Amino acid sequence: MSQKLQKLHGNKNYLLSWRFIKNRLMTIFAFVTLGIMLCILVSILTNLIINGFSGLSFFTLFHMTAPQGLPGGLLNPILGSIIQVGLATLIAVPLGILGGVFLAECPNKKLSASIRFIADMMMSVPSILIGLFVYIILVMTMGYSAFAGACALAILALPVIARTTEEALNMVPVAIHEAGFALGAPKWKVVFLVCLPAARGGVITGILLAISRIAGETAPLLFTSLGNSDWSWNIFKPMASLPLVIYQYADSADDIWINLAWTAALLITIFVLCLNLIARIYVDRRRKKDQSL
Amino acid sequence: MAIFQSKNRKNNQILPYLFTSLTWCSGALIILIFIGLIIELCWQGRQAFSVFGFEFITSTTWNPVKQQYSAGVSLIGTLLSSCIGVMLALPLSFGCAYCLSELMPRFIARYMTATIQLLAAIPSIILGMWGFFILVPLMSKYVQPFLKQVFGNVPYVEILFSGGTFGVGILTAGLILAIMITPFITAMMQESFANTPSMLKESAYSLGATKWEVMRHVTLPWVQKGVIGGIVLGWGRALGETMAVTFVIGNAHHAGWSLFTSSNTIASLIALEFSESTAGSLKMSSLMALGAVLMMISFIVLFCSQLLLKQVLKSR
Repeated sequence: MSQKLQKLHGNKNYLLSWRFIKNRLMTIFAFVTLGIMLCILVSILTNLIINGFSGLSFFTLFHMTAPQGLPGGLLNPILGSIIQVGLATLIAVPLGILGGVFLAECPNKKLSASIRFIADMMMSVPSILIGLFVYIILVMTMGYSAFAGACALAILALPVIARTTEEALNMVPVAIHEAGFALGAPKWKVVFLVCLPAARGGVITGILLAISRIAGETAPLLFTSLGNSDWSWNIFKPMASLPLVIYQYADSADDIWINLAWTAALLITIFVLCLNLIARIYVDRRRKKDQSL
Repeated sequence: MAIFQSKNRKNNQILPYLFTSLTWCSGALIILIFIGLIIELCWQGRQAFSVFGFEFITSTTWNPVKQQYSAGVSLIGTLLSSCIGVMLALPLSFGCAYCLSELMPRFIARYMTATIQLLAAIPSIILGMWGFFILVPLMSKYVQPFLKQVFGNVPYVEILFSGGTFGVGILTAGLILAIMITPFITAMMQESFANTPSMLKESAYSLGATKWEVMRHVTLPWVQKGVIGGIVLGWGRALGETMAVTFVIGNAHHAGWSLFTSSNTIASLIALEFSESTAGSLKMSSLMALGAVLMMISFIVLFCSQLLLKQVLKSR
């Protein structure tokens, strides 16, 4: 190395030396890869907007899906998606927050470490397998239903919420924790009335990210809520949803259906990206606030 | 202060008990779901496992008429497409991470990171649709004929690039998977790059090292395990991806050497065949057995990645 360096100092053509060229090449390579990824993102978004925006009309938003050949809209899949994702959130948020509290507060460190390990793995388990699992335990006994779909989505959201809640709780200063105990409060009061409110930023971010993750999930819904071309309020019956409609319509040969699929895709993407942006901005704001404190 | 004053005695006895039991239950629920997932899939697939035995994994037939099912083709498809995905994602994500964490000014890099992460938020079905309508025509028109022209006459390699250029196939599926997991691996790499002590980097700079040399000889050796863990985790994600792959892989039960041939993966096969099989049939059981096989593979991969990442956390 030192010999090389000596050589370098003697070398007048430093700018042409192999080290320098290699550095330049790697820099160019790095910027090119970043450019490729940005191009892909732009291509996806522009295609979604070009193909999906024309179908985004009042007619589409306020009419139900129709058989092939008839003019149809997306009202029932939109409402179905909202109902199922909402129901999944209702199931997953309390369980996830309690799970996060358990992970953060459990006195048995070995147990909480193994649960943390499993939760981390569950975040990456193929979503189609979660769908099969819910099919086995719920659909086989009570038939296809929106409730089963919501359960599958809730299982997907659960580890995300639990882990983010735990991380947010661990960020709460120990002094606040101890102040609660010093006043004679029992543990549940300290956790729910002191620590969780102090950690609410992280918890809300986790919930938003979990919702944005499950909103576009298709595979688990295939086996659980099945899809429905008709109107249905009953959560114990099959229900339509946007991802399933995309899956069904995009594979068809009908141009109108394909356009509707693009519109549905645009709707989901706008929803998911907005949620994501809100979560990120929220995180940034809180970080700034913490720094200023 | 008022919130800490207990209103009555009874409250004080029930609520702590409730708190402990509820949190314990939801903690246990996570374990129960995970173990239940593995056991139920194996249990439901028992019929297929007992009928076909070990041949279920090694054989390549999928014949609903003769009632013969096996995982061979889709297993190869799954492994091959995800490996292509990881191999393509590796340079892409390394380049992005290098660019974002070392080369760009901080304030631009922050926005760029958020932009790249938006790609990770796009649902897989939308990526699949984009692949089907945009990427597949591009592949069949330009990329596949080009690859054929370049490698068509190279012995041994040509087999990989033979066959019709229809755009769909394992290569396209690998490409879509690469796009899906690149933002993910990039985030992991950025995180580990940021954990390198700046003292080490600065001492290398002070010796006259270029940015690339610092990256190659200081940062990369330091973060080795984290980077590998991130890559393995990305691979685990690619293994079970369903929707995006179903759109572009062509869905034919066919195994060949060519990367252009239509094939299927375990996940895409389950998604496609599920609606055509009745509950309790041998086919349904075979699909569940496929799910069990996929679960085993992803379990091993995810386990390894978590172990690698845990070691990094400990050493910090």
